[in-house]
Amino acid sequence: MAGGTRSMTMIQAINSALDVMLARDPDVLVFGEDVGYFGGVFRATEGLQARHGLTRCFDTPIAEGGIIGCAIGMGAYGLRPVAEIQFVDYILPAYDQLVSEAARLRYRSGGEFSAPITVRSPYGGGIFGGQTHSQSPEALFAHVTGLKTIIPSNPYDAKGLLIASIEDDDPVIFMEPKRIYNGPFNGRQGEQLRNWAGDPTAQVPEGHYTVPLGKAAIVRAGKDATVLAYGTMVHVAMAGIEESGVDAELIDLRSIVPLDIEAITASVARTGRCVILHEATRFAGFGGELSALVQERCFWALKAPIARVAGWDTPYPHAFEMDYLPGPSRLAAALARVMED
Amino acid sequence: MRNDRGFSLHIPEPSARPGGVPDFSHLHLEPAGAARRPQAETPGLEMRDMPYRFIRVLDEAHQATGPWTPRIAPEILLRGLRAMMLTRIFDDRLFRAHRQGKTSFYMKSTGEEAIPIAQSLLLGARDMCFPTYRVLGWLMARDYPLIDLVNQIFSNEADPLRGRQLPILYSARDYGFYSLSGNLGSRMSHAVGWAMASAYKGDDSLALAYVGDGTTAEGDFHEALTFASVYRAPVLLCITNNQWAISSFSGFVGAQEAPLASRAIGFGLPGLRVDGNDFLAIWAATQWAVERARANLGPTLIEFVTYRVAGHSTSDDPTKYRPGDEANHFPLGDPVERLKQHLIALGAWDEARHAALTEELDQTVRAAVKQGEAVGTLGKSKPPVREMFEHVFATPDWRLVEQRRELGV
Repeated sequence: MAGGTRSMTMIQAINSALDVMLARDPDVLVFGEDVGYFGGVFRATEGLQARHGLTRCFDTPIAEGGIIGCAIGMGAYGLRPVAEIQFVDYILPAYDQLVSEAARLRYRSGGEFSAPITVRSPYGGGIFGGQTHSQSPEALFAHVTGLKTIIPSNPYDAKGLLIASIEDDDPVIFMEPKRIYNGPFNGRQGEQLRNWAGDPTAQVPEGHYTVPLGKAAIVRAGKDATVLAYGTMVHVAMAGIEESGVDAELIDLRSIVPLDIEAITASVARTGRCVILHEATRFAGFGGELSALVQERCFWALKAPIARVAGWDTPYPHAFEMDYLPGPSRLAAALARVMED
Repeated sequence: MRNDRGFSLHIPEPSARPGGVPDFSHLHLEPAGAARRPQAETPGLEMRDMPYRFIRVLDEAHQATGPWTPRIAPEILLRGLRAMMLTRIFDDRLFRAHRQGKTSFYMKSTGEEAIPIAQSLLLGARDMCFPTYRVLGWLMARDYPLIDLVNQIFSNEADPLRGRQLPILYSARDYGFYSLSGNLGSRMSHAVGWAMASAYKGDDSLALAYVGDGTTAEGDFHEALTFASVYRAPVLLCITNNQWAISSFSGFVGAQEAPLASRAIGFGLPGLRVDGNDFLAIWAATQWAVERARANLGPTLIEFVTYRVAGHSTSDDPTKYRPGDEANHFPLGDPVERLKQHLIALGAWDEARHAALTEELDQTVRAAVKQGEAVGTLGKSKPPVREMFEHVFATPDWRLVEQRRELGV
C-alpha cells in the first residue's frame, strides 16, 4: 500500500478512492452532473478534473437515464465508468437502465457483454433535504438480481468499498449516506455536531486498498441481541444500544447485495434476538428480507420476535424529519421490548 | 379572449384503415437524384434543409442517378442481394416454424432488409451495431451461422444464449452485434457510450444504433441525441421508419408534423432522410456519415423511410388495423426487387441466376432448420437447467448457489 494514512472525512475518503483509481487505471472515467470543473455538489470529485484531465472527470447533461446508459455502453466497450447521480432520489429516471440493461446484460448475452459500472450517489436523510434529497431506495435495487448495492458507514470503509466496487465486474450501486459525509451522526439532532477527526475509522490509507463487497463488520460485540444496520443508522444503533443498556451485538452490513448471511446468522444464533434498523420506509423495506432470512435460518434460536425499526410509511417529510428518522430512543425501546420476551 | 367553441382534441388517424385506400403523400418524397449532397465536413447548421430532402439513388428505371450515387463493386451488390434474399427466406421459414408450434415467438424484417445489410457490409469488423429486433440482415450480411440463429429461436440445448432470451433477441459480439432486448430505445445511449469510449481511447471503432419510428417518442432517444451531440461521439443514429409501431401509425410519433430526421436540427446534428428500400442510397448516406464521424465531426441522424410489410410479430394480425394491400401502395417498392432489377440493368444478374439462388438459399435455410430440429424445438430440448443460474453475476453469490441446490441441478 503506497503512502501512509491520514485523517479523512467520508467525502475526502471517497475523493481519495476516485483519485487513486483514476491514477491507477486509465480505463476509469468519472462523470455526472456538476462533477467536473466544480467538483460535485458535495465536493466528492473536487480537484479530480484538474489533476487527471478533462476527459477523465467531466460534466454531463441533466439526464440520468442517459448518464447510466452511456456508462453501460462504455462498460460494454471495456472501460470502468464511475457515474455520479447527484442525489439517489434522482436515480429513478435511470431505473430502466439499471434494471433492464445493466443488471441483465451479462445474463441475456450469455456473457458476451457486461456492465462493470459503478453508480455513486448521495443517499439517505438527516440534512433537512426534503423529499427529493433524503430518500433511501436500497430495497428497489436489492430486489433486482444482477445489481450489487453497497452502503458504507465510515471513511475507511467508504474508500475501500468504493475501490472494490470500481474493480468489481458487475454493476454496483454505491450509496453514500450524506448525513455522515463530514462526521458521524447518532440521531440526536440537538447535540454538538461532530466531525470525523479522532474517529479510528477516519484514519484512511492514502493509497490503494479494498474492503471486500459482501462482508459485514461487527462494530460492537454483544451477547443478548443482534442489531442489523447500515449507513447512518450504524451510528444511531450504537447510541441506541448504549441508551438501552442491553448488551447487543451491532452488525454493520456494509453491503446489501451481496449480503453477508453468515455473519448475520452466526450472530443471531448466539444472541437469540434480532432488531433490524433502517431509515427507509418499513413496509416491503430491506428489513423485511432480513427478517425473513433470520426467521428461516435462526428460528429455533430465537427467543423473541424479530423487531424492525424503520422510517414511517410516509413520503419523506421536511419539518418532521427527526420524527420520521429512527433515533436511538426508538431502537432502545425495541431492544427493551425484545428483551422482555 | 375566449374561444367560444372550446378546444378540440386531435387524435391522429392514418390515411386508411382496413378496406380503405392508403395515401402516403405525407412522406413528401423526391425523385432519385434530386437531393443535394453536401460535403461531409459541412457544419451542421448549414445542412438544416437536409432532413426535409429525400436521398434516393435508384430511379424508376433501376438506374443509379444523382450526386449520392455510390461506387460499389457489383460483387458487393450481389453479396447484398444474397443476404437480403437469405433474410427474407429465413424469416418466412421461421415464421412458419412458429405457426407449427416449434417456437414461442418470431418477428420478420420483410421489406426492411436493405438497411442493415448495406450498413453491415459497409462498416468494419470492429464497429459495433446496437440493433433493433428487425435488423437480422446485419448478421446475414456477415455470414453468421444460420444454425446458431435457429438454435436460439428454438431455445434448445445448442442455443448460444443458453435458453435465456426470447427468440430473435440475439447477441453476437464477434459479428459487431450488441445484445438485444425486448424493450425499446434503452440501447441507444449504450451506442453513444460505446462511441465515447472509442473516442476516449483513440480507437477507430464506430457505433451504429438503430431505433424504429415508434421509439423516437421515448425519452431515451432524446437523451441519446443530447449526449451524442454534446460529446461529438462517433456514432450513427439510425431511425428505421417503417410506418408502423404494432398497430400505431407514425402519426403517433409526430411524423405527420415533421420528418423524423428533423429531430436532428435541435441538436445541431446533420439529419439525412433516405430511401430505406434503396440499397445504394442507404450505402451512400451511411458512407457520408461514416466519413464525417471518422473526421471527428461526430454523429449523424439518419431516417430510413421504409415499410413494415409483415405484422409486428407473430402475435398480431396487421389486416385488423391497416389495409391488407397497403404494402402495394407504399411508394418505395420492394428493396430486394429494386436491387435485383438494378443488377440486371447493370448486366451483372439475370432472372435465371436469381431463381437458382432463391432455390439454393431455400435449401440452405431448410437444412439449417432441420439441423436445429434435430437438436430440438422449444420444449423438446433445452440447455442444462443449471445454466439458468449462470451469468447473473460474474460469480454467483450464495443465494444462487443455494437456489440451484434447492432445485437439484
